[in-house]
Amino acid sequence: MRQPCEMPKDVGEREPLRRAARWRAAEWGFWSLPVIAYFVFPDNLVLLSQIAITGLFCLSLDLILGYAGIVSLGHVAFFGVGAYAAGLLASHGHGEPFTGLAVAAVSAAALGYITSFLVLRGADLTRLMVTLGVAMMLYELANKLTDITGGVDGLSGIDVHPVLGYFAFDLYGKTAYWYCLAVLFVLFVLARRLVHSPFGLSLRGIRLNVGRMPALGTPVNRRLSAIYTIGALYAGVAGALLAQTTQFVAVDSLGFSRSAELLLMLVLGGSGTLYGALVGTSVFMVARYLLSNLNAQYWQFWLGLLLVLIVLFARDGIMGGLRRLMRLLRRNE
Amino acid sequence: MTIFFDGIASGMLLFLISVGLSVTLGLMNFVNLAHGAFAMLGGYICVTLTQHAGIPFLASLPLVLVGVGLVGVVLERLLYRRLYGATHLDQVLFSIGLLLMSIAGAHFVFGDEQQPLELPNYLQGQFNLPGLDVGIYRLFLIILGAAIALGLELLVRRTRFGAQLRASVDNPRAARGLGIDVNRVFTLTFALGSALAGLGGALGVEMLGLDPGFPLKYIVYFLIVVAVGGSGSIKGSLLASVVLGVADVAGKYYLPEFGAFVIYAVMVSMLIFRPQGLLGRAAAL
Amino acid sequence: MKLILRMNTALCAFLGVLLALPVAAAEPVKIGLVLPMSGPFAGYGKQIEEGVRLYLKQHGDAYAGRKVVLIVKDDTGVAPEVSKRDAQELVVQDKVDILAGFGLTPSAFAVAPIATEAKKPMVVMNAATSSVTTKSDYILRTSMTLPQVTAPIASWAAKNGIHKVVTVVADYGPGHDAEEQFKKTFVAAGGQIVAEIRTPVKNPDFAPYLQKVKDTKPDAVFLFLPAGEQPVAFMKGFAERDLAKSGIKLIATGDLTAETALDAIGAPALGVITSFHYAEAHNSPENKTFVDAWYKAYGPDRPDFMAVAGYDGMHLIAETLKKTGGSTDGDRFVEAAKGMKWVSPRGPISIDPATRDIVQTIYIRRVEKVGEKLQNVEFDQVPDFKDPGKP
Repeated sequence: MRQPCEMPKDVGEREPLRRAARWRAAEWGFWSLPVIAYFVFPDNLVLLSQIAITGLFCLSLDLILGYAGIVSLGHVAFFGVGAYAAGLLASHGHGEPFTGLAVAAVSAAALGYITSFLVLRGADLTRLMVTLGVAMMLYELANKLTDITGGVDGLSGIDVHPVLGYFAFDLYGKTAYWYCLAVLFVLFVLARRLVHSPFGLSLRGIRLNVGRMPALGTPVNRRLSAIYTIGALYAGVAGALLAQTTQFVAVDSLGFSRSAELLLMLVLGGSGTLYGALVGTSVFMVARYLLSNLNAQYWQFWLGLLLVLIVLFARDGIMGGLRRLMRLLRRNE
Repeated sequence: MTIFFDGIASGMLLFLISVGLSVTLGLMNFVNLAHGAFAMLGGYICVTLTQHAGIPFLASLPLVLVGVGLVGVVLERLLYRRLYGATHLDQVLFSIGLLLMSIAGAHFVFGDEQQPLELPNYLQGQFNLPGLDVGIYRLFLIILGAAIALGLELLVRRTRFGAQLRASVDNPRAARGLGIDVNRVFTLTFALGSALAGLGGALGVEMLGLDPGFPLKYIVYFLIVVAVGGSGSIKGSLLASVVLGVADVAGKYYLPEFGAFVIYAVMVSMLIFRPQGLLGRAAAL
Repeated sequence: MKLILRMNTALCAFLGVLLALPVAAAEPVKIGLVLPMSGPFAGYGKQIEEGVRLYLKQHGDAYAGRKVVLIVKDDTGVAPEVSKRDAQELVVQDKVDILAGFGLTPSAFAVAPIATEAKKPMVVMNAATSSVTTKSDYILRTSMTLPQVTAPIASWAAKNGIHKVVTVVADYGPGHDAEEQFKKTFVAAGGQIVAEIRTPVKNPDFAPYLQKVKDTKPDAVFLFLPAGEQPVAFMKGFAERDLAKSGIKLIATGDLTAETALDAIGAPALGVITSFHYAEAHNSPENKTFVDAWYKAYGPDRPDFMAVAGYDGMHLIAETLKKTGGSTDGDRFVEAAKGMKWVSPRGPISIDPATRDIVQTIYIRRVEKVGEKLQNVEFDQVPDFKDPGKP
């Protein structure tokens, strides 16, 4: 990025950005929770790993939706591509986990880059339908190519080698848990860096007022393409993690319901905050886990009701609610 | 030739269910993904009336229209009204929430098996012309679909209500200033859109089946019609439905290897070249 | 005084030991059922669970001195990672002794490694792909396999004047398997496949395919579609275009005309000939008892093959427990289950010791109206049929 002129470092056009980018105490607190959870819930590590994976997936959606304003119902395409890429790699003998992640990331990013041009055209509904159309075509493709993907029966026989050559994936899911958590944390830190950079600010500008941004010299289309590709990459890594930890890839990793649920989780948590994605995912998945053990068939009803209530009364989700609470508390001090 | 006839009939059914969505989206700028739920409701009302209350099929159709329309009125007044000014994303989320609730409700009341529906004898079977086999039910769908399309056009272009509707959409403030009760217009339009969806759902049971998963299974098709036809355009919906219906059926007949892809490929390519849809304009017909 | 005290203590100790003994021996057998209880396949889960519970109701819930406890977990049927998670939690948290259920093949595939690692017997009560039993040495199956129920209709067709067949299957794994098995058996018996049509999995309109069938003019159409609205739509379309009247027969595997789906299809189903392992109308004393008990407990819902699979799965567990004296040690249990033979409501069945898969009689049936209901009426059979799909 070219600066119009150099400014001395202590006088900050970057100062507000740097201030916002500093880690707050609450964030350290948040990240200590998964560590504590490992000791408090040793029997539920598989659930917690899956929450971490879905959290990463939701994070990827937040990047494109919450920060850049791209409404997509087909984000699951990148998740699925990443899952199949890692799964196929491992089932053909290359089971090193990090290689799998890398291949998945590259494949998903490539698809993201190519389809980003479709997403640039048209208004909300068009974008929605185009992203959905692409995802559905990929679903049909995965369904048809039974010899490669296993089709509806799924891809099994995925043999993932121990992480770093030492930590094997065990029945209790301990290795899987730390593996997913580590990947999530690293990618989260990178994403956080990204949104607190001038690039991230420009995305917010694009979402709020796309008409004005070119006047500031922002290459809008290039930015949107870039963030869409990054979002796709993150989603692909999440898919790969699922494939590696469950040693199975189902064709529903490309299904529509996964996309719809993801949107729900993001809205529940509050979009555009990064943490909202993680909070929303955790709350949603834990609630579904508890409710489905109570009453398998009708939790859908409560979920729908929750969604309606959120949209009507608590639009900015849990993070928004927390923010309002903090403001209230601060005012009373 | 029969393939094209079948495709047109398919398209007509799609039109009947989707036209309501095009109307609410284009005229009221509301993305209602729960549209399929109204169709499902129409289907269940029809099945209940014909199989359990012994009412003949054709007689049940007006009852379906009225029933679903009333539900539409109630929901619009209580819930939808609050979100007219909201962002599309909010509307999407809200309508998905309603959709989930209605699916759970249908499951609870009717169970999750396919609902049986027996058509009256005069609507079954087919008669054969040289080179063309005409299915009687499909012919019925085509005639009905064309009649409704015509009726809607007349309603919107030639009646006072239609003029009020167009005014309310173009500029609600000015319309109110002229003394038009914009709220009532929107309520009635929403009710009409939902009622038509209900009718489409009832007519679709024979060909598409009916179970609580109906809205989720077919929502994609409805959205495709609206996106390709251009929201707000009745003519656009009709054109898009017929094109998609024929493309889908012909595609499966001539290129069975790619059967499933055709409809999505057509949609994506059309949207790339004409993002606003075939005849789409935002707030006008 | 001291003597009485000492005697009291001894008596208490003795009673304590006596009381402790049965408690230690009567630890319940926990069975973890992983089933789709919500989502598009909720009907499967319901049928299977009800079948399992009906068995316990009829025969009591204690075997070899141990009480049977069921823990049901919903895996939605469409997310194998949830099936895997459910199974893992059942093993690690609920400490079940046996895993059972599995409405769909991917669920069974995903859970197989857990059964192997934890050495728990896994009783498959629906998933029908041949290779399921090869994924773990602890898997036993009481339902059926797709090739097992496809081959008989092919051989029946070849023997009964059907020479040219058009196959219409859905374009996904089970559809491909059915097409492959039908072709193999039919062609080997001298028949000819004149066209192979594959329909998209999500397919609302069969007009183009029915037209193709009409154009090719075969003796019969072999159909395989996913359960739900598609068989209904196809058969209605088949009747509407007078394809039956022009002499074309409709043959399929029996899941197409399962009792739970028959009523939705209605009259167009009459005359359809299928091969399958269970029919509600099966004429045997065991079936009569089963069906009567079913309607008393769950009527007016009809029982279908999945309910029977659950019922028989529970029977297998119960009898194996009796044979092992209550032991649920994985290796012992599976060894004892191999070769188990009994008469189920569907007919005589057994567990093949070599493959741990089910061996059963496959019946050829026709849909007819019996009294007020549509039933699959059996008129021919292939006894003791093993899964031909195994390598």
